[in-house]
Amino acid sequence: MFSRLTRCGVTRRQLLVGLPVTVALATRGFGPVAVALAAAPTTRRLVVVILRGALDGLAAVAPYGDPDYRQQRGPLALAEPGSEGGVLDLGGHYGLHPALAPLYDWYRNGELAVIHAVAGPYRGRSHFDGQDRLEDGLAVAPPAAPPVGDAGDSGWLNRALGALPLNRWFAQSRLGLAMGQTVPRVLRGAVPVGSWAPAALPEPSADLMQRLVQLYQGDPLLAPALDEGLRSQRFADAALAVAPAPVSPPGMVPTQPQGGGFPGLAATLAQFLNPETGPRVAVMELGGWDTHAGQGTVTGRLAEALRPLASGLATLARTLTPAVWRQTVVVVVTEFGRTVAANGTGGTDHGTGGCAFLVGGAVAGGRVITEWPGLARPALFEGRDLMPTLDLRAAIKGVLRDHLGVPAAAMDAVVFPDSAGAAPLSGLIRT
Amino acid sequence: MTLAAFIAVGRFGLGARPDERTGAAGDPRGWLKAQVVGVNPGPVALTGLPTGSDVVGRLVRAREAGREARQGAAPLPGGPAGGFGPGAGAVQGGLGPGAGATPLVPALTSPLAESESGDEPPLMRPSRRQPFAPLPAAAARGLAPGADTATAMLDPLKAFQREMRDLYRREAAAKIQIMATTDQPFRERLVTFWSNHFTVSVQRPVVAGLVGSFEREAIRPHVTGRFEDMLRAAIRHPAMLLYLDNARSIGPNSRAGQRNRRGLNENLAREVLELHTLGVAGGYGQDDVRAFAAILTGWSIVGPREADTGADGFVFRPLAHEPGDKTVLGVRYPEAGEAEGGAALAALARHPATARHLATKLARHFIADQPPAAAVARLERAYHEGGGDLGHLAGALVDSSEAWAEPLAKIKTPQDLVVSTLRLTGTGWPPERLVGHLRQLGQMPFSAPSPAGWPDEAGYWIGPEAMMRRIEWCALAGHRLASLVGPPTLLEAAIGPVARPETRQAVLQAPSAAEAITLVLASPEFQRR
Repeated sequence: MFSRLTRCGVTRRQLLVGLPVTVALATRGFGPVAVALAAAPTTRRLVVVILRGALDGLAAVAPYGDPDYRQQRGPLALAEPGSEGGVLDLGGHYGLHPALAPLYDWYRNGELAVIHAVAGPYRGRSHFDGQDRLEDGLAVAPPAAPPVGDAGDSGWLNRALGALPLNRWFAQSRLGLAMGQTVPRVLRGAVPVGSWAPAALPEPSADLMQRLVQLYQGDPLLAPALDEGLRSQRFADAALAVAPAPVSPPGMVPTQPQGGGFPGLAATLAQFLNPETGPRVAVMELGGWDTHAGQGTVTGRLAEALRPLASGLATLARTLTPAVWRQTVVVVVTEFGRTVAANGTGGTDHGTGGCAFLVGGAVAGGRVITEWPGLARPALFEGRDLMPTLDLRAAIKGVLRDHLGVPAAAMDAVVFPDSAGAAPLSGLIRT
Repeated sequence: MTLAAFIAVGRFGLGARPDERTGAAGDPRGWLKAQVVGVNPGPVALTGLPTGSDVVGRLVRAREAGREARQGAAPLPGGPAGGFGPGAGAVQGGLGPGAGATPLVPALTSPLAESESGDEPPLMRPSRRQPFAPLPAAAARGLAPGADTATAMLDPLKAFQREMRDLYRREAAAKIQIMATTDQPFRERLVTFWSNHFTVSVQRPVVAGLVGSFEREAIRPHVTGRFEDMLRAAIRHPAMLLYLDNARSIGPNSRAGQRNRRGLNENLAREVLELHTLGVAGGYGQDDVRAFAAILTGWSIVGPREADTGADGFVFRPLAHEPGDKTVLGVRYPEAGEAEGGAALAALARHPATARHLATKLARHFIADQPPAAAVARLERAYHEGGGDLGHLAGALVDSSEAWAEPLAKIKTPQDLVVSTLRLTGTGWPPERLVGHLRQLGQMPFSAPSPAGWPDEAGYWIGPEAMMRRIEWCALAGHRLASLVGPPTLLEAAIGPVARPETRQAVLQAPSAAEAITLVLASPEFQRR
């Protein structure tokens, strides 16, 4: 599935020969000659996982020690640690949902941090606006939605890449990669990025591609898309051809990388991230979080959604080389939290405060980072939602600064405009 | 073909059928307006497909039978919980609203893995390629052959689900068939537009068997009628009540709420305000959402023993309806049971914010991703003048000079691309296979990623990977069409009035007819409308 052979057995690499000189030169970075090229602006890897639909943070990481937890959550309350179907204890007050068990080892060895009672600046309850703010990084909605592809249509992650010191590496490789057919807004913008998704349609000939490159010249929409598409495919072929076999940590039973779904994509992503010439930043998306009904506890809709998330993250970690894992931070975020109380149909409605995760060998973890507001009714946001006490942008800014080395000057001006009130959280990254 | 005729058949229609090029030539605007007069009983391809009431009746009986079977056998962990069907995580499904997505979708794959019946050049066969592998959750949870069979014998629900997947496949194929053959392509584009406006999506498997009947019953009859009627039909339809969870929403102070200690679910109420009527900036607040959700309590689907009584699968449950007066957007609705919902929907349909929201979306679909303000304002006025008549609004759209100014302002969606290609030659390609192709291209019928529907902006559809898929599909189609039509003829039919010299030359110089046609289909001109 990974090897995309063109017809007549011509490989992707041979395709390059027929392409214009500039393109062919650019591809040298993918090969073994990479050592001769300029160093990347960073050796660190950052993966952003966007959970679309609003994860229930109070279920993913339950504040089981809060005196009001059980009464407020009612039928959705999870059992105490140690009891059947109980949460996995995170230091005496919080507990990890049992469906996230594959993440628990990381908590114990300090590679998982939970950020709780967190939200971005958005206070409405629309998925679509919430996701827009989560991705464009703006404090308030722009007066008019910027045209897609326009300079105004950019996400904070792309702008963060743009703030890294420019060098030749930029001209040769792609720092950003979207796993999926389309590039989500968070990664769109002025810095060119790649995208990758498994293919199933037959691949046209190299000759045809060359003709199309010419035919698309000057087309503001199609030319850049085709250019990036070809580049990503060449990179995919190279990276997947040389990727080492997945490494299993001692004591873990190696499992076959899953063929599809989120875990499958995660395995492929790891193979992209492993090489020195690979992207430094990647985005994945996962849906299924809008649990308005039948949310459940140990089983139910939410547990079904959490399982592939956990297994995907575990697969990513297992497939990265130990050296790259030590350089990696995975940020798991969602647009907002959900109501504290269950609604009338055993689910939860759109809320405000929720939780985010930082996972990876570079994370200074093993803790729940929060200014816990409590679950007593007067402490709730608008009488129904977990009160956000931390700004999600502060956490992300901390990661961007201490992990990727995004300069402070760019942070409040470019990456997250009007976010000076949300100072970067320190100490999230292992030093 | 004149430029105006080209715009009429491409932008307003679904791409030129050979006969349409002459039909639209004389009076393009008249040709369009004639399509939105009166009602259309619906295309022949839709006969023989079940009604929503039929499907929902069988759904609730299958659920009950499944419950009984499970109670008889060993209890399954979790039980039927809040939903139906295995909920797996939606991978790049956007927000599967609730049950997550995809157990259904992988089962529909392998469009090309099956033999292409010998009519593709052998080199195009994906011999070394596997189709998009099924998601592990789906494979593990009953879509894999074998493992499933034993459970299915015990569980009538499983068998029913499989039947619904088959029904979905037939519905999706019928939809493509209609789009490829209809002689009212403008009307059909409007049907698709409104169907997307009121999205119900198989991302939520429980509605898999209902998406087709939803379009047939709630959208199609009203596409040139009043918006208010379409709104009511859409919100009442069992597909919508299930998709956005209202079927189980119960007034906390109603008798059912007091007895079961269950209550509101505000999902449908919020999306009606945000997506279907006012728009997110339409000036409503959380209190309006709650009050409107209370108004909609009791709007539900028939139960297993009522399945034959509800004429349309809808039932109003007075015992579940929240008592008392409610206030939405400053308007007080005195307690009146089901009638409260009708009154609130009518008010929403007449609200100025709704007119603006609908006008903006229509202009975005037919004029440009960033529609000119003057055109939006005119459509808004037309909505008010016509009392929310959508036929009148469609006419105003045809009269918008902005829609005729720039011939290639909109990028085609994958559905547009596939359908307009099919219409070029009027030849058949098994629609079932095209459903699979559309899956690869990211737009299977009735599978929008979220209740907001498919986005109507170029940036969503043209990413690097999507671009490669489009070209791959054009190559596949190019090989298929090469035996049917010569490249020069096809070029004129597809993009004649707008073809650039570069494109003409590239097509002329292509090494084979198949590649020449691929270039036409993949050209910047044909990728737009």
